[in-house]
Amino acid sequence: MSIELHHIAKHFGATQALEPIDLNIHDGELVGLLGPSGSGKTTLLRIIAGLESADRSPTPGKILFGERDVTHVHVRDRRIGFVFQHYALFRHMSVFDNVAFGLTVMPRKDRPSKGEIRARVFRLLEMVKLEHFANRLPAQLSGGQQQRVSLARALAVQPDVLLLDEPFGALDAKVRQDLRRWLRRLHEELGFTSVFVTHDQEEALELSDRVVVMSNGRIEQVDTPEALYRAPKNRFVFEFLGDVNHLEGRVKNGVLTCGDAQLKVDLPDGDEELLLRPHEVRLAETFEPGVHLPMTITAFSLVGAEVRVELEADWLGAPWLATVRHSDFERLKIHRGQRLYAHPRRWHRFKDEVVKASQPH
Amino acid sequence: MKSLSFRQSGSARVLPGFGLSMGISVLFISLVLLLPITGLFGQLAGLSLAEYWSIVTEGRVVASYAVTLGAAAVAALINAAFGLLLAWVLVRYEFPGKQLLDALMDLPFALPTAVAGITLATLYASNGWMGRLLEPLGFQVAYTWVGIALAMAFTSIPFVVRTVQPVLEDLPAEIDEAAMSLGATDGVAFRRVIMPHLWPALVTGTGLAFVRSLGEFGAIIFIAGNMPYETEITALMIFVRLQEYDYAGASAIASVVLFTSLALLLAINVWQGRFVRRLHGGNS
Repeated sequence: MSIELHHIAKHFGATQALEPIDLNIHDGELVGLLGPSGSGKTTLLRIIAGLESADRSPTPGKILFGERDVTHVHVRDRRIGFVFQHYALFRHMSVFDNVAFGLTVMPRKDRPSKGEIRARVFRLLEMVKLEHFANRLPAQLSGGQQQRVSLARALAVQPDVLLLDEPFGALDAKVRQDLRRWLRRLHEELGFTSVFVTHDQEEALELSDRVVVMSNGRIEQVDTPEALYRAPKNRFVFEFLGDVNHLEGRVKNGVLTCGDAQLKVDLPDGDEELLLRPHEVRLAETFEPGVHLPMTITAFSLVGAEVRVELEADWLGAPWLATVRHSDFERLKIHRGQRLYAHPRRWHRFKDEVVKASQPH
Repeated sequence: MKSLSFRQSGSARVLPGFGLSMGISVLFISLVLLLPITGLFGQLAGLSLAEYWSIVTEGRVVASYAVTLGAAAVAALINAAFGLLLAWVLVRYEFPGKQLLDALMDLPFALPTAVAGITLATLYASNGWMGRLLEPLGFQVAYTWVGIALAMAFTSIPFVVRTVQPVLEDLPAEIDEAAMSLGATDGVAFRRVIMPHLWPALVTGTGLAFVRSLGEFGAIIFIAGNMPYETEITALMIFVRLQEYDYAGASAIASVVLFTSLALLLAINVWQGRFVRRLHGGNS
């Protein structure tokens, strides 16, 4: 079922948690709401769920599930499934009873028979691979298992949309990975429309069909993960989606100068700030005319596919981060205190909120 | 085998101070609790079993048991309902004067019970503020068992509120939200999701209130009227024996109250322990 939001805003007292927001989520889409804490992403999710109500004035917003206007529909009648960060399982009930809860509280005329409920719950438990834990209490399960129970519980009532509030936030890294993949597969299998909240860029980019980047109660950009990473609309999105190196300086006659660092750029004269991703920085023992960025290595980390190198220079405000292939790392014989030269492969510039990516000349 | 002998030789506790803290605790309990109780049994030693039996089953005393137990039961049930409501209001809502209401909850603990008794008696006497309104309706409170129950309810309400309140505070709001998102009505969510968590605390609080009411004296005698067979409470029977210097008789009746209370408290503790273990998973 598609979700349409028209002009959804929210105030808590005098503070504005959400500026008026419009958003369309297609049928069967898996959408991630990504943003730092306080960006309004959870508030937006709770408004979609009906756990929070949007402002009615000055202009009332509107929420549509497919053709159905649910703006003033109570959460219990919205036909949503909600998964909480801390699972919110009913601790006094067995896993079976937790999953069956939504079915057993249905009005008598719609309620499936006992046998049917049993069959449905076991089908769900099989899906989340917990069929042998039906009689356990939530406290006897691990965090990842509890979150799977909570997902099965939400899916039991066959909701129109599934909403997840930082579903993997309370779990450790390894379990997170597994659950993420598993949720993706489940989504592909069942095809439900789903919105989840996260502050983890990697999670959002890996899991979502489209990502909604939010900050300060505003939507900054809505796009596919690829488009988002390749063509961030503004500086906030660019900076939020990964590590960023800053190069600030004054351009004169096509050369950006900052202390004893110099970089040839094709830009008009004036103050400039260039942004670079760590993988867009190449390290070498020599400098070229027009590219003179001397740096000192302060730390490095060998774990992973690439070596992460931290660089400092007296002309830099904040240290830089560069990723280097292991072979280059060995060839350069990188060690702490070593002096090297940085060569930008590519840089980005957001002036007047316009995207520019450019190769150095 | 090796590990066993090792444990026997060097069984040092990680947590220090067990000997000292346990010793002081036992000493304190002995002085404050066990010594007076032993004194009570010392008094009882002067009685034969037949004498004991005739004292504790005397008609007027038995009538006082009925009055005390009945009024305490009513008071406890009233407190269970209103205590739960008060705790709910104090935890779940924000309103001006919340702190004041919260502080007021403890007043029955702080107020000398005799003061409460006199106040209630004046209020509900036929010429008192409340009595004047209720009596024309044929509803007499002062000098009836209703008054006794009222005084008991007043002195024991904090037990329910203060045991339920922290449990309710620990219950995350997400639990109700989860229940509602699954389609539960408010009533169903309360009954099936919230109440199961509150049960142990509510039963404990109500039990404590009940036991406290069994022993209450000061607040009740002023409003009870103290008519033999009608509105005499057991604590008064003990008091009367004491005034007659009949220490053995007083002790005999007191022992009945003591054993009833002790049995109830023990039952509550055992039941609650079992429930809490279930909630926290145990290892079945």
